[in-house]
Amino acid sequence: MAETVQFDLVSPERLLASVAAHEVSIPGAEGDLTAMADHAPLITTLRPGILRVSGPSGEKEYVVTGGFAEISGKSVSVLAEHAVAREDMTRETFKAMVDAATDKLAHAQEKFVNEPGPVDEMAKLLADMVAVGDHIGLSAN
Amino acid sequence: MPNLKDLKNRIASVKSTRKITKAMQMVAAAKLRRAQDAAEQARPYTERFNAVMGKLAASVGDAANAPRLLAGTGEDKVHLLVVMTAERGLCGGFNANIAKLAKLHAAELLAKGKTVKILTVGKKGRDAMRRDYGQYSVGHIDMSEVKRLGYADAQGIAAEVLKRFDSGEFDVAKIFFSRFENVVSQIPTMQQVIPFDMSEVGEVDTDSFYDYEPDEQAILADLLPRGVATAIFAALLENGASEQGARMSAMDNATRNAGEMIDKLTIEYNRSRQAVITNELIEIISGAEAL
Repeated sequence: MAETVQFDLVSPERLLASVAAHEVSIPGAEGDLTAMADHAPLITTLRPGILRVSGPSGEKEYVVTGGFAEISGKSVSVLAEHAVAREDMTRETFKAMVDAATDKLAHAQEKFVNEPGPVDEMAKLLADMVAVGDHIGLSAN
Repeated sequence: MPNLKDLKNRIASVKSTRKITKAMQMVAAAKLRRAQDAAEQARPYTERFNAVMGKLAASVGDAANAPRLLAGTGEDKVHLLVVMTAERGLCGGFNANIAKLAKLHAAELLAKGKTVKILTVGKKGRDAMRRDYGQYSVGHIDMSEVKRLGYADAQGIAAEVLKRFDSGEFDVAKIFFSRFENVVSQIPTMQQVIPFDMSEVGEVDTDSFYDYEPDEQAILADLLPRGVATAIFAALLENGASEQGARMSAMDNATRNAGEMIDKLTIEYNRSRQAVITNELIEIISGAEAL
């Protein structure tokens, strides 16, 4: 497994990581996927989840919410709306994120009373967030 | 001839003004570094974002069912001008230059018979626009509470703009801000954000064919609102750096002017003092001679 891809993780505020990686697990909107060298070019949106990167310099995890990933044979660029390295994830940040999702859900429920679509989407967003919390052992309450 | 006491007071007052402008200059210099860093850090995101956006837009092409944020409403009647300025003054021509460009553009649009709506971000812009174009103002976003500019702030502005777009309030949106060139030059800039301006993207390499998950349309629908927020965020950061740069050079000038003024006043003070002494001597001598 000598081949690597160039992995970049950027949030609007800064470049979080730019390293060589063997494989990158991405929480895609339609399911998780793992990108390795020579992956077919793909652009996918993200759901809140855990991004796992393993490369020559070890393995690292990030919590990402929203955004998208661009995968080509040689590089993987993840443009996340919010990205925090897992070890920097505190209960407070997580709670703020869950609260934001809860707010959005309440807002959607109010605005789209007769349209289940947006409400379901927001509910899924919140559920995804909570699932992330379970995974890393944090709870919003 | 102004009397000595007055001169002394003026010198003291100019000296304390110089101290203030000097301090402001140093504060601006420190803030400028931070603002420049922030702008620098945000650049990779904007670049990549535009690259992906370009690929997507190219592949969707000019399909009739392209999202409205990309294709526009098909009309060109109502223009929303988002004028982004600083919350504070004392930064040279920074706020005035942005407002001037916005006013010029508004006048142009009005002359063509279009409807203009103005949304201001930052207090100084609101004040400047209110004088001539107050009746076109549709809102103001207050940034005075914002200590450290974050993406969430840009999202807030974008949400406001998008809400108005969705309710059909305008056809075209443009943002006005100052591009940071260097400390002495900030260029007032206009950028179209709705519909998405493809000329910003530049050359698109269409060699590689991408798979999309979900399909192009869904991704575009997700990405376009983000594009607005990203453009606004980039503009806010440029603006932040420009503001500090402008303030720094304005305060540098003010400090220098105060220094010159102090020199001039000091010479005047010394001359008057000398004149008073000479006068007194003449009086004493002529008094002694008269005896």
